[in-house]
Order: sequence, then C-alpha cells, then structure tokens
Amino acid sequence: MNHLNLSRYEGEWLSFAQTVEAEGGKKVLSCYQCGKCSAGCPLSFAMEQQPHQVMRMVQLGLSDRALQSPTIWRCAGCFTCTTRCPRGVDIAGVMSALRVIALARNVRTSRRAQAFHKVFLSLIKRYGRINEFELVVRYKLASMNLFQDLDLGLRMFMQGKLKPPRGIAGVRQVRALFRHEKGGGKRSGLRLLPGLQLTRHREGV
Amino acid sequence: MGYAYYPGCSLHGTAKEYDMSSRACLDFLGIQYRELPDWSCCGASSAHSVDHTLAVSLPARNLTLAEQMNLPLMTPCAACYSRLRGAHHALRSDPGLAKKVLTVLGSEYKGRYEPLSILDVLYQYGPEAVGEKVTKKLKELRVACYYGCLLLRPPDYAKFDDPENPGKMERLVETTGASAVDWPHRTECCGASLSLSDTKLVVSLATSIVDMAVRHGAECIVTACPMCQANLDMRQRGRTKLPVYYVTELLGLAFGLEPKRLGLTTHMVNAISLLRAKQLA
Repeated sequence: MNHLNLSRYEGEWLSFAQTVEAEGGKKVLSCYQCGKCSAGCPLSFAMEQQPHQVMRMVQLGLSDRALQSPTIWRCAGCFTCTTRCPRGVDIAGVMSALRVIALARNVRTSRRAQAFHKVFLSLIKRYGRINEFELVVRYKLASMNLFQDLDLGLRMFMQGKLKPPRGIAGVRQVRALFRHEKGGGKRSGLRLLPGLQLTRHREGV
Repeated sequence: MGYAYYPGCSLHGTAKEYDMSSRACLDFLGIQYRELPDWSCCGASSAHSVDHTLAVSLPARNLTLAEQMNLPLMTPCAACYSRLRGAHHALRSDPGLAKKVLTVLGSEYKGRYEPLSILDVLYQYGPEAVGEKVTKKLKELRVACYYGCLLLRPPDYAKFDDPENPGKMERLVETTGASAVDWPHRTECCGASLSLSDTKLVVSLATSIVDMAVRHGAECIVTACPMCQANLDMRQRGRTKLPVYYVTELLGLAFGLEPKRLGLTTHMVNAISLLRAKQLA
C-alpha cells in the first residue's frame, strides 16, 4: 500500500465506522487486526483486499476504499469470520453493511452482484415471493450474461422446476415493508438497462 | 400441537424435491404440520445486502403469521432458517427496530416459539425413534454429511448444532443404516448466491468440497439446504461426480417410500443410479 495521509480523514473516521455499525456491522471498532477472519475465510483466495484489511479501512474512515472494494461483494455471508472473531466483531455483518451503504451511495462496482440483489428485491416487491425462473431471466438481462447455464435451465424446465410467477394475497403488506427502505423504495425501480424498468407497479401501492 | 410449515421460495421451484421429501417424511412419521397461509419471501439471499430493516421486516411478516396460528414455525431451507432466526433474535433484542417493523405489519410479536429447521424437528422426534421407523436399511452407503453455513452460523442465533464440530446430521443419517464418513469440509461454504453472479468462484468451491468428500470415501453427499444442494449438484466439476441428496430424501428412502415421490428423479447428477447399484431403489 502507498503512503496514506491519515490527517486528511480526521473527523470522518469515527462517523463512517458509526454508520457501518448502525447498518449492522457490529463492533467494527473493536478489531485489533489479528487476521483470523482472513485466515479462515473460504473466499479469501479470491479477494485482493482481505477481510481484516477492510475492517481497518472502516476503522480509519477510508470510506471510498472500503465501498469500492470488490471484497464486499465477494463475501458470501458464510459467517465463519463472525463465528471465530476473538473481539466479537460481526465481520460478515460489516460486509453486508458496506454493501448496503455502497448501493445507497450508488457506488458502481461488482455490477453483476449488484444487479442480482436489485433484481431479487424487485421480485419480492412485485410478487411477495421469489420466482426463480423470472429471477434468472431478469438477472441475465440486467447483467448481459445471457448464455450461461442455458443447459441447466432447460433441464430444470423439463423437470417442472421452473414455473410461471404467482403473486401472494398479502403482496400489499410486503410492499409496505419496502417503504422503510432508504429512498422510499425508489431504488428498486432502477433502470438496469436503457428501456428496461424492473418494477412496473406503482411504487408504494 | 404441530408446526407451521414454511417451505420458502426455492422449495416451490428448483428445490421441489426437498419440499416433496420433507412432506413425505413428516407425513410418514405422523408429525402434524400446516403450510403457513400466504407466506412471503424471507429476503434471503439479498435483503440483508440492500437494507438492514428489510432484512428483519421480510421474515418478520412470516413470524407474526405463525404466531397468529399459535404454532412454532418450521422450515426445511437453511437460508430461510437463518433469516427467520435472525429476525426473531432482532425483534426480541432491539425494541426500536421491533416497533418500527411491527407497526408497518400491524401486528404484535411475542416470540413465544423459536423458528426451527426441519432437522431440529426430526432431531426432537429422536434419532432412535426415527430409526425404529426404518424399514429399508441403507446398508453400505457411505455418506458425507454437509452442513454448510447457515444452520450453524452465526452462533448468536443459528443454533442447530456446534458451529465448528457438529454431529446431529450424522446421527440422523446413521439411523438409516448408512455410514457417515469423517471428513473436513462439513461446514465449508459452497458460495451460496454467488452462483449466478460469480459462477467460476462457486465452481471452484463446489468442486473442492465434492473432491474432499470423494477423498474420504464418500459415495454421496447429504445436505439440508437448497442452495448447498443446487451449488454442489450443478457446479461440481471433479473427475468423480457425487449425487447430492437432501437428508429427507435419504430418510424417506429408508422409510420405504417411493423414490419418485421423494423427487429423486429431478437431480442434475443422477441420484438414482448409485441407489440402484446398491439395490436400494
């Protein structure tokens, strides 16, 4: 890592860590850099910045680096780190919190992972449940990853595993839950491709 | 008594064999259950990556529905289990969040019953009692029990078994007469929902888990999570391919139920040929 002038971040560091804690990143300030999380992480081999390094970024208030790190989208949420942390830091929770903040601040990294989560939630909002068939189709359109797994999809279709979507009776109640989402739920109606609007129903119906 | 049964979205789609075999086992053992009426998605795999409140409020709707039935909520899906337990925990420990969520839902939540996994229910029924119902011993079948993540972690609220060295699934599986192999990747991560957005990564995780099971003499893997099953079944690329069963499929088979009724014909890696070779199907 290059030299870093920490005085630039004075004042911001505490507030960023507090934002992360408020979004569920429990006790991030307690991390003492032992590296146990990175040692046990099943995905660390695919991470340029290791989990303990991301914890340090949060502690130092290096919000840009933390939010732009592909590590936060590589985390599969297996909670091995959280389970083992000797300081009680919820490392996986910090990763989720950083994803939440990155999406809210429109930090465009790991576009495929972001597209997946947006499509996923837009379907819950539309039907109250996930229809995996529509999830895959919409994800493919949003990520332009059109041709992957067509063979698997065909087999699943033949096995009767891919069904047309059906909404639940209480879908309005489910939609009401989205009103608490930051930005009043506007985010789920994101345009992922020009001309492709994910949710067609009126927001907040 | 009995349980409110929460299948979750996967069990109505790609994991329909888990739904079929779960219901078949519960029926066979005489465990009472009713599907939670008008249940909604628990938010796994995405809500907790997009909004902290939504991660609690989506499962909370189902918790309050079950409480209105005055029944404990039970789900076969490990991901739903995790979200439901997490929300139950949050509603009971964070009054501010609870108030916010429950106001929108217009209901109360006392949290009398903890949400359970179907494995909890089977384990409470008792491995010995399950064993007494076995009519077809799955002798000489060497099984690798794969717990994955969400039944065990985080241990704050996922309390199925010891997070580092679990053993309950082995005890259940061994009641069928199968032998559970000792192997190290039982609680590794399969990559979960990265399967679509980061497929290569999941291929490497799934392949290393299956290869480890092969190296320890397993002929098949058994799991209790639709995401683990799908990832291991679809994404393994090793030289030896192993079928990946749901724990309820193997139990159902040992109860003498028809393989077709258990959904065994709808796997990616052929799940029947190993059983035929052992004269178990």
